[in-house]
Amino acid sequence: MFSQIVEITLMNLRNIPSRLGSSSVIVVGIAGVVAVLVGLLSMAVGFSRALETTSLENRALLLRDGSNSELSSGMDVAAANIVSRLEGIEVASPELYVIADIPKRATGTPANMVIRGMRSAGLEVRPEAEIVNGRLFETGKNELIAGVKAVAEFEGLELGSEVQFRASTWTVVGHFETGGSAYESEVWGDLAVAQAVFRRGGSISSMRLLLADPALLEPLAEQIQQDPRLDLALKSEEEFYSGQAEDRAALINTFGYSVGVIMAIGAVFAALNTMYSAVSTRTVEIATLRALGFSSMPVVVSVIIESLALALLGGLLGAAVVYLLFDGYTASTLNNASFSQVAFDFAVTPELLRIGVTWALGLGLVGGLFPAVRAARLPITVALRGE
Amino acid sequence: MSQLVSCRDVTKSYIRAKEQVDVLTGINLDIEEGDFLALMGPSGSGKTTLLNLIGGLDQPSSGSIEVGGVGLQDMSERALAKWRSENVGFIFQFYNLLPVLNAQRNVELPLLLTRLSRAQRQKNAQIALEIVGLEDRAKHKPGELSGGQQQRVAIARALVADPKLLVCDEPTGDLDRETADEILNLLEVLNRDHGKTIIMVTHDPKAAAHAQTTWQMDKGKLVAEVPA
Ligand SMILES: Nc1ncnc2c1ncn2[C@@H]1O[C@H](COP(=O)(O)OP(=O)(O)OP(=O)(O)O)[C@@H](O)[C@H]1O
Ligand SMILES: [Mg+2]
Repeated sequence: MFSQIVEITLMNLRNIPSRLGSSSVIVVGIAGVVAVLVGLLSMAVGFSRALETTSLENRALLLRDGSNSELSSGMDVAAANIVSRLEGIEVASPELYVIADIPKRATGTPANMVIRGMRSAGLEVRPEAEIVNGRLFETGKNELIAGVKAVAEFEGLELGSEVQFRASTWTVVGHFETGGSAYESEVWGDLAVAQAVFRRGGSISSMRLLLADPALLEPLAEQIQQDPRLDLALKSEEEFYSGQAEDRAALINTFGYSVGVIMAIGAVFAALNTMYSAVSTRTVEIATLRALGFSSMPVVVSVIIESLALALLGGLLGAAVVYLLFDGYTASTLNNASFSQVAFDFAVTPELLRIGVTWALGLGLVGGLFPAVRAARLPITVALRGE
Repeated sequence: MSQLVSCRDVTKSYIRAKEQVDVLTGINLDIEEGDFLALMGPSGSGKTTLLNLIGGLDQPSSGSIEVGGVGLQDMSERALAKWRSENVGFIFQFYNLLPVLNAQRNVELPLLLTRLSRAQRQKNAQIALEIVGLEDRAKHKPGELSGGQQQRVAIARALVADPKLLVCDEPTGDLDRETADEILNLLEVLNRDHGKTIIMVTHDPKAAAHAQTTWQMDKGKLVAEVPA
């Protein structure tokens, strides 16, 4: 029985080149499904990654109580300073978070870019930040440093360029990296200058705190919560960003799977159709084999294997296309919570490739099963007439 | 000579469009071992149907068919498939070779169902090709052979497992006169020198003339034995 299966399967597979046209419909259809599915899922993974790598374990974020984003948060420096003097806080960085419309390179249409005003402590709380080009902004001057993804994303952030915000002119003096995190989509400048330009007086949006120990976060948060002078809340940066990432990643995931399912239905019909015609052109061949004494099982199995082989080819092709075109490709999306553009890299992970290939095989199985069973159940005498 | 095939009160009906079509209505036929029998008759008279029943491709609606002492009417589909592979060689009008396999591999096919070693299978296939005179075309695919040559390959395939019975449904129906005669002479040799019992359906009286016995069918019945 086993050798029958092997022989007939090999025969069918050798037969594929003579049916290249119809077989390629399966391959291309399934490649399309896998490419779209893996492409969309890799977007979700990449987006989550960009936001998650933004966080540092012992870095905490101080926001106004009840506020979920830096944009909607606000506090005065005096209140923030009460917190910054608490035991266990090593560095405190008061920051102003504003957004401005800057034209995107790709489209020329304006999109929201984050401008973060900070003092030198801003770099101390972000040890991952590194100037890769030029120098740091100077205190009291209209100078900016731009994250490398912001440079790629927006127009006019090259070294030495001048940028207009609110009738003030800023010079880009440096470019920085933060290990691929969401900060790279921002531009940073001096806090006092930003407060003046954006007319925020002495108020800030948030404060980044570096804790002596991540374990201190909970007691500190509790203490701040209890303090009647403070209307503030302390969150771990991880919690803050993963909350944002989950929303968007979940949305992209849902979208990815929905589109995947719709395309998969199409591909199943293409596969079914192709396998039906592949099988029906061989009705007489299959009947002849059965007349010679071969049983139906090898016929069924071999048709399914053929379909799986074509599907696998399609799956690998689709995955390869996505991998070559998209892995590491930088895209950006509006971050819901902060209303700013976050650039991220598509991440085509082995896990996603596995999902893609699994889908392909599932489609191949369904596409092969029905034609195979039909071929096996047709009476030999009817099939031999070849009608 | 002993009796190889024995049909008793064989009927075959199909249901088509909710109506019963009686294709065979009471066939009684005995075939001696070593016979070469031709079945003639108008189109639709049931020749192929009868041949398929004797070859074990299908089973009668009622009655019994014994071949070599084995009753086919009660066998399971699986048992019947095994029985066919050991006892019958099939020869079709359109040869029914597998286009992707060369002649040698086509002939070898039935041996995949046996326990023979690969080397033995190849040897037997080669012998079968020699019998039909095509040993020099072993590596050719069906598409590279003439109709007559393809039918020879098909005959070699029918012979290779050494069955007692060959069933042929219009084996020369697709061939010109000259080639048809070559094939018919080959069948005669197989009958006379190799002891094969042959049942052949044909429309062609000249083809039937190669047989020892000829039966005429009409409307699902055997009507007369035509004198040779
Ligand atoms: N599977 C089937 N279902 C319904 N009717 C069938 C089936 N097989 C055969 N028949 C009918 O049975 C009758 C006899 O068919 P059969 O093929 O045995 O005739 P035949 O004598 O071989 O004819 P021909 O010379 O044209 O080959 C025909 O009317 C055919 O339509
Ligand atoms: Mg017929």
